[in-house]
Amino acid sequence: MLIDWIIFFGLAVVAIASGIGLLLSKNAIYAALNLIANFTAVAIFYLILAAPFIALAQIAVYAGAIMVLFLFVIMLLGAERLGGTSTLRWQRPLAIVLGLILIVETVLVFINRSGAIAPIVEVTADFGSPAAIGESLFSTYLLPFEVISVLLLAAMIGAIVLTRRRDQKA
Amino acid sequence: MPNDLWLSIGAILPIIVLAVWACLLLLVDLFIPAQRKGWTASLAAVGLLITLAVILSRLGQSQSGFGGMVMVDNFANFLSILLLASGLAAIALSHDYLQRTGIERGEYYVLLLFSISGMMLMGMASDLIMVFLALELLSIPLYVLAGIAVPRLNSEEAAIKYFLLGAFASGFLVYGTALVYGASGSTSIAKIVQVIQAGQHNLTLLLAGAGLILVGLGFKVAVAPFHMWTPDVYQGAPSSVTAFMAVGAKAAGFAALLRIFVLAFPVVSLDMTPVLWSVAALTMILGNFVAIAQKNIKRLLAYSSIAHAGYILMALTPYGQSNVSADSVASALFYLVAYALTNFAAWAVVIALEQADERGLELSDYAGLGRKQPALAAAMTVAMLSFTGVPPTLGFVGKFFLFRTVIEGGFIGLALIGVLTSLVSAYYYLRVVVIMYMQEGEPVVRRDGWLYATAFVSSIGVVALSIFAGPLIALASRAILNLF
Repeated sequence: MLIDWIIFFGLAVVAIASGIGLLLSKNAIYAALNLIANFTAVAIFYLILAAPFIALAQIAVYAGAIMVLFLFVIMLLGAERLGGTSTLRWQRPLAIVLGLILIVETVLVFINRSGAIAPIVEVTADFGSPAAIGESLFSTYLLPFEVISVLLLAAMIGAIVLTRRRDQKA
Repeated sequence: MPNDLWLSIGAILPIIVLAVWACLLLLVDLFIPAQRKGWTASLAAVGLLITLAVILSRLGQSQSGFGGMVMVDNFANFLSILLLASGLAAIALSHDYLQRTGIERGEYYVLLLFSISGMMLMGMASDLIMVFLALELLSIPLYVLAGIAVPRLNSEEAAIKYFLLGAFASGFLVYGTALVYGASGSTSIAKIVQVIQAGQHNLTLLLAGAGLILVGLGFKVAVAPFHMWTPDVYQGAPSSVTAFMAVGAKAAGFAALLRIFVLAFPVVSLDMTPVLWSVAALTMILGNFVAIAQKNIKRLLAYSSIAHAGYILMALTPYGQSNVSADSVASALFYLVAYALTNFAAWAVVIALEQADERGLELSDYAGLGRKQPALAAAMTVAMLSFTGVPPTLGFVGKFFLFRTVIEGGFIGLALIGVLTSLVSAYYYLRVVVIMYMQEGEPVVRRDGWLYATAFVSSIGVVALSIFAGPLIALASRAILNLF
């Protein structure tokens, strides 16, 4: 049990520290690298929660593919230096106030939780395993799965249509 | 399971046909030279006709598929037919317009077909996950179509605005879905109803979820206060896209609202009805009053479309009363048909008068149309009268049906607001008619067979169907929502 706690708190420190680092770093590359560290820590949380599929998807998709794309875009655009001052000065105090309200509310909800939550279905031992996810993806969620594929195709066509340079054959 | 699967595939066959046709069209379009994109347009229309034939061949059956993900009932079929007909009208309006404004591309028609398949799916979706996916499938092609006239600044602005606000609205819908899942333990409407009947739901969470879903879908159908994007997007997008968007997105959004609220949420009607009441009232008042100040015909029609969303939402207000809810559905569907026909008649005339660089869109450009082009002016007059709700038009029958539903539900105040704002709307609709007939001018009109055909078929339909409204009302009344 103790080892679990050590792992959990170790990861929590890494996750929160990298999150703060992401927000505070003035260089976009450092911010992106912080975000990768954060994603990895969260992925290990998923592993602890016995959700290996989500953990690996988190690393492969977010920490891998998406972040590499981010880094490429940052470097290609030469946007490493972030603008120092934001034009909306009232935003920061407002964000702090709203953030505090959110934290207080969350704590209050946890302290006096009231009302029944919907009956939670007992999960089986293989819940969240790649095999179980694959099976439900191709049985219960077959239609959503297929619709997403059409959706992504439409989005891809759209992106190409909007960005392709017009070769006017006038 | 395999047998089940075939039945499910059979249930959504029309959508499969349409989506596969769109994918094939994308490939075929590569071999069609740029000057002959008329072929792509015709092929897209053929795809819509085939889909329509598939639906018509199996009317009257009611079938759920994929374990309750979709429900193909009369309601869904009614909407699918409306949407396919709207798609045909949109293609008829598009081809010549796109060609002369120099923005014609084969992908336009492919994206249009994808969007229509999303809208049809929205009418069938009986699981909140499907509602979300269908909403995205219909929206993403619309975002792109709104911006297809790049590098025209207005069009880019329309696309970006629509995309950002639309993504934001989708977030509300997903959040609402999550809360409903938390409240009931399921996203399937049938299962949510079971949990509610067993009394195992969390009412607060369900109420919050219902509210957020109303926000998300309210954005799509452009009801106040979620209407801010409408005038800019309707004005900036190419007119043929706007004409389709006004009908398609509204029909699909209301389809989902009707199915979710009437079936799953009567339990929160005590709290939701006042919300719907005020949103509908606000939308009717704001849409109609702001429209008065408009000088650009596209903006005028945008505010008019906001106002009409308010009228349709009015029908939803008494959704919780089980003896009225069937009329709610029927009158909303009927009004959607009336709105679609009227809308296409009006936009066909607008597109006929629009010229390059967005000229010909001011109300003053319509001066003298009555003398120069009596037929087009007549079509526009019919459309304006129908929008206002004057007797020999479908708009009148539709509004009558709506007001009757609202009064049956006991909301006489709301019906009164509806009638009064209709009177206000007469001012700006009839002003268009007055300008066309009473003022001198030399309007420049584009002659195109398909444009004229759309204008005449729609406006004749508006008048003829109002005189023989019986069958259409009967159809709308039979378009009942099925739960299982």
